[in-house]
Amino acid sequence: MTLLMGAVAYDPKVVTIWGGFRSWLNDNGLPFDFVLYSQYERQAEDLAEGRIDAAWNSPLAWIRSRRLAEARGRTLTPLVMRDTDRDLTSLIVVRADSPFKDVADLKGETVAVGAVDSPQATLLPLSYLASRDVPVNVRRFDVGVGLHGDHIGGERDAARALIAGSVAAACMIDSNHLLFGREGTLPAGSTRVIGQTAPFDHCNMTVGETVSDRTRADFAELLLSMSYTDPKVRPLFDLEGLTRWEPGRTSGYPALEKAVDETGFYDAAGAVTAADYRP
Amino acid sequence: MIVDLGDLGFEQGAHILLQRALGPLRPGDEVGVAGLDPALAMHVEVWCRAKGHHTRRADDNDDGIRVWVTRGRADLDRWMHAERAGGPSPLGIVDAPPAHWGLAARGALVEPGGPPIAADLASRELVWADLAPALYANAAASQWDPATAIAWDAPVDLVPEIERAVVQVMTFLVENEQAALVVPARLLARIHPHFREVLQLLAVQAADEARHVEVFTRRALLTGGEMGTSSVSGRESLATLLREPDFSMASFLLSVLGEGSFLNLLTFIDRNAPDPVTRQVARMARQDEARHVAFGVAHLQHQGTLDRTLLGRLRGAIEQRHETLISSAGLNQDVFDSLVVLAAGEWTPAGIRRGYAAVQQLQAEMDEGRQHRLVRLGFPHDEAAELSALHTRNFM
Repeated sequence: MTLLMGAVAYDPKVVTIWGGFRSWLNDNGLPFDFVLYSQYERQAEDLAEGRIDAAWNSPLAWIRSRRLAEARGRTLTPLVMRDTDRDLTSLIVVRADSPFKDVADLKGETVAVGAVDSPQATLLPLSYLASRDVPVNVRRFDVGVGLHGDHIGGERDAARALIAGSVAAACMIDSNHLLFGREGTLPAGSTRVIGQTAPFDHCNMTVGETVSDRTRADFAELLLSMSYTDPKVRPLFDLEGLTRWEPGRTSGYPALEKAVDETGFYDAAGAVTAADYRP
Repeated sequence: MIVDLGDLGFEQGAHILLQRALGPLRPGDEVGVAGLDPALAMHVEVWCRAKGHHTRRADDNDDGIRVWVTRGRADLDRWMHAERAGGPSPLGIVDAPPAHWGLAARGALVEPGGPPIAADLASRELVWADLAPALYANAAASQWDPATAIAWDAPVDLVPEIERAVVQVMTFLVENEQAALVVPARLLARIHPHFREVLQLLAVQAADEARHVEVFTRRALLTGGEMGTSSVSGRESLATLLREPDFSMASFLLSVLGEGSFLNLLTFIDRNAPDPVTRQVARMARQDEARHVAFGVAHLQHQGTLDRTLLGRLRGAIEQRHETLISSAGLNQDVFDSLVVLAAGEWTPAGIRRGYAAVQQLQAEMDEGRQHRLVRLGFPHDEAAELSALHTRNFM
């Protein structure tokens, strides 16, 4: 039976990536197909309901689909993740010439964040500030809502607001701090990092119980065997931003689980409870 | 090993220094990164994560080191099965370059994979001629500027009928040169770029024809008149050249027979031109055409050494073109008459007799030239004479 995976079309390259993976997996003996979603919530629901066998999930979609599935007595497994999904951090960034030396200095200030559903640019850094008892005014940049922060637009707008001087600080993932520096959104030397979250994990390939243990094991084994030396695989890895697949793990998600609970983004059974979230 | 980045940040290119330090190391080896940029350790971690290297933060005892990098192997894996696309000189040409080498420079180290190039002429045997590099060098050195190579302001003051004859001949030349431009341009897009010198030569050949089209048009319009006529038979004849898909056959029909005949025609115009501009444009174009003929002959001589069936196929190509054109009128009568008038140079019975004889002489010279080149390709004399007679009456 064909293993059916969901992926969110946050960018046209998603078709190239999963079309390529589809060919490779089929060529290597695993009947595999994929469907595309316009946003993560429907994908999470379909995975939890067993309408698809697997999903390439954002960390937030992992949390929601897991909660939804468990509420129905089902189990989901984070099968594999990219090497680049492990141990990421989010940053609290201020202008280099600002008076803020420490996150505590941001008390009562305005902080720019990404989209409402961005783990790395909104949920995790705001939870980090809350854990340090730093209440702030949040200015949100809702770009690509429903894409769980995969669309970089909100984060970039937050960075621009910081440079424009309209906010005291901006939140972003560590890799985007470097990217924005390189592309000139944040001129070199113009910012200081005054806060950094503990490492967390990002996407994973979540698999449900609609496929046999054997299929699940074959799927994992095949993905983990994909090699950067393979000229058919390498361009796909380059597009998807990994050099190898790693086994999935749940140890990198507790901080996001906590942030989701703190903000009431989802309830314990996986229902969307965030008041102003319309994917 | 330690790399000190000074105050250079990763948003200013610091990765290049780190990459240089990691390059010669083996996977698993460690490099300490020192530097003053406040965001350094964080950016090293981000960069290394994307490149498949591992990191650990230094501790206070590490004396200036901010972060330790353990070399990964993604960059080595990328090039593990890379290969050289032959060698840069003609000696490095391989017989059958793979399609995935594509547009890579000959001799480059090619990462495996990537899109195959759609080049159906991809074997040395099919496209190469040892003379190609030298001919290209000669062609590149012989390029001329139509604006300055011709004395456009030289006096041109012909009686109207003679001028009209010149314009008709120029119109015919433009039509033929356009065919001679399109044929190599189409062929070069089909040749694997590994055979660089052949592409270069065909590109210059197309550029030569582009200049010829320009100067013949400019001469035609020099006195403010209209262009001459274009006959169905002329276009029919040229269309058979455009339809020939085989590289060697196309080269044979266009360069050896067609442009070969044009050498005689351009010499004729040079010799009989009634004005200096007409003489010059014919002379400049002739220099280029001689090169095109030389490549065609060299290519086919090379082919002949590899392929015993070549002469038979060449014969077949001539015969087939002859069959196709047998019901066609041949040369535009306007062109023939205009050549007579051009050579007559005057509107008198004596002049016309002289002009007519000159054109007959031209046709004999064309036939002789074709026979000579066919013999050089290996045809016996009698067969060369027979085949030359089958060549299109349209010259090209």
